[in-house]
Amino acid sequence: MSTAQLLANDPVWLTIVKVIAIFAFLVVMTLFMIWWERRVVARMQHRPGPNRVGPFGLLQSLADGLKLAFKEDIRPVLADRWVYFLAPVISTIPAFTAFSVIPLGGEVSIFGHHTALQLADLPVGVLVVLACSSLGVYGIVLSGWSSGSPYPLLGALRSAAQVISYEIAMGMSIVAVVLYSHSLSTSDIVTAQQSGWFVWLLFPSFAVYTISMVGETNRAPFDLPEAESELVGGFHTEYSSLKFALFFLSEYINMVTVSALATTMFLGGWRAPWPLSAVGGGVLNTGWWPLLWFVVKMLIFLFVYIWLRGTLPRYRYDQFMRLGWKVLVPISLVWIVLIVGIRAFKNSPNVSPQQVLIAVGVVVALILAVTFLLPTRPEPEDGRIELTGGGYPVPPIDLKVPQTPPRRRRTGVPGTQRQPAGVTAGEDSSASTASSKEASDGSV
Amino acid sequence: MTTGLVLAADAANAAGAVSTGEAVAFWILGPLAVLGGLGMLFARNAVHSALWLAVTMLSLGVLYMIQQAPFLGFVQIIVYTGAIMMLFLFVLMLVGRDSSDSVVEVLRGQRLAATVLGIGFAVLLVSALARALSLVTPIGLAGPNANGGNVANLGQSIFTDYLFPFELTSALLITAAIGAMVLAYTDRHAPGGKKTQRELVIARFRGEYARPSPLPGPGVFATADSVATPALLPDGSVAPESLSEIIEATSTKRLSEDIAEVSGNVPAPDAHALGGANGTGHRNGSARPGLPASTGTSGSAPGGEEAP
Repeated sequence: MSTAQLLANDPVWLTIVKVIAIFAFLVVMTLFMIWWERRVVARMQHRPGPNRVGPFGLLQSLADGLKLAFKEDIRPVLADRWVYFLAPVISTIPAFTAFSVIPLGGEVSIFGHHTALQLADLPVGVLVVLACSSLGVYGIVLSGWSSGSPYPLLGALRSAAQVISYEIAMGMSIVAVVLYSHSLSTSDIVTAQQSGWFVWLLFPSFAVYTISMVGETNRAPFDLPEAESELVGGFHTEYSSLKFALFFLSEYINMVTVSALATTMFLGGWRAPWPLSAVGGGVLNTGWWPLLWFVVKMLIFLFVYIWLRGTLPRYRYDQFMRLGWKVLVPISLVWIVLIVGIRAFKNSPNVSPQQVLIAVGVVVALILAVTFLLPTRPEPEDGRIELTGGGYPVPPIDLKVPQTPPRRRRTGVPGTQRQPAGVTAGEDSSASTASSKEASDGSV
Repeated sequence: MTTGLVLAADAANAAGAVSTGEAVAFWILGPLAVLGGLGMLFARNAVHSALWLAVTMLSLGVLYMIQQAPFLGFVQIIVYTGAIMMLFLFVLMLVGRDSSDSVVEVLRGQRLAATVLGIGFAVLLVSALARALSLVTPIGLAGPNANGGNVANLGQSIFTDYLFPFELTSALLITAAIGAMVLAYTDRHAPGGKKTQRELVIARFRGEYARPSPLPGPGVFATADSVATPALLPDGSVAPESLSEIIEATSTKRLSEDIAEVSGNVPAPDAHALGGANGTGHRNGSARPGLPASTGTSGSAPGGEEAP
């Protein structure tokens, strides 16, 4: 029985239970993610992170959430009343909705009812996630506009452009998966990965998806809509209290959702990883075990999010757009054409693999020949090494750093006594010069 | 929504019959769509208009899904609500929140033409709808939803029967995109073209601009980082470039202590005056005795005196 048929037999109470469970899961994941992110980033920066509230500081995000709820709810004078109120709601609802099509596990029995660990299995499941993310942008854009202040507006405009551009790359990376799984339904995509995960088969798509999912969720290094150093807080600058909390919630839920979709599309969904999938004839792929594998794979993606944030500086806006339009989109297009060609050859009876390999070899040889014909970049002519942009006076490479004047050396400040006597007079004495200068400055 | 789909599926099998689920969905979504349309017409604010239109598009999308066309429904949401309306909003936001409709007729006979065309369009629409409701017999969804399902059959017919119109549409879109690019293209290498960041830096240091660096912000010795606080130069005078033309600057009276301190006109702290009885200068204990008193010109700054 297929997943869609299983789900169609769900009684209403079971659907309600699933809805509540997904809601609770997402909220708990948000609380956990905030704590985890703070702890991991802290570890990367050699500090402990939150460790006071509860064991390992686990209850920190709960405390922060409570504090946030009791803050004053401010509405700026220039804000557009209704839109300002609606924007956080609009950004939160699609975030929750998108998760309903994610298959968290296979067939299980809940209170005697056989069902799948999934709320809804639509024939266009993947598109639901895309649709929800494109609706979620409305929240961001409207919040920025309705705040009636320049920084949020700039953040909103950035966000609109950013999400539209990266959605194209994301959609194209999904096309390859759909071509191989013959379905847009998330549960069918998981079924299609029974023999091998798509991450191996469709690695370029996976790479494009993972990059564009970071761009899509406005996270570092692509967090331009809320760039603290440029736009104060970006689109949510003017928000406070629970409205701000809703933005926070939807950002983290979106991260969880796109990670879950990445797991579903490329990492085999709820299927056990390879050595475990062979244990006991696949017993680890039945019952409630899949939930564990799914959550573990999802947490790997979420960890990568944190890792990126702790490591990479923010992109400049034009570089970011260039990456989206000039790198990710063309790569996806070429890749799609390539796999369509491969599949067409594979499925046609008249072409043998030998012929395919010969054709590929000829194409590769042609490309190589063309690259040899390309002229090389001319060397700088006069043999001098260019130091900076041409035409400016630059110091010669063999410049001697002038020696410290004898008067200063003679003052005999304590700082210089630690150094060997010969160094100060040597040729390369910039370090000792600096330190003795510093020391002499201190003595004045 | 699953139950709605199932209900609609039952209804679809009996061609032409309307099930309860379908009727309920229609009577919720139909009025919503109409409300969105009316709201779009009567909203004062352009952004509100766009939002009402988004409501209409969303309800249409959900209606498609209920009518067993999930692909169409979600594509409607992704493409129209997600991308196209977002671009509308983008433009409206750039135009500004206070821009209102102009009542000046730009093209001659614009209103007359619009009225005639509008009535013509309404007649077309109503007649087509009437014909669809009376003359066309529904064949049900059994055919389109047969082997492979709705999405697969849709793909099949797009790439076989309707290949030519499909390709034609894509050619049209590409033409439009290239046209937009040609219109918006500016040659960077032409005279007056936009400079790259590198060229800009080089031009700044060549002296083609007033100064190579950005304007000074709140200065080194300023007591606040507000944009209203002027920067002080090392001699204690106010740096005129740091004053904004639009923001009212802090008056020099309030900065007199800083200016005096920077310019070194403050007497050295008296060792006997621990209580601060005559310690006018050392406000925060950082009077700089190292600075020679002769460097300072005076405390009277040229700028910043109640700047407009």
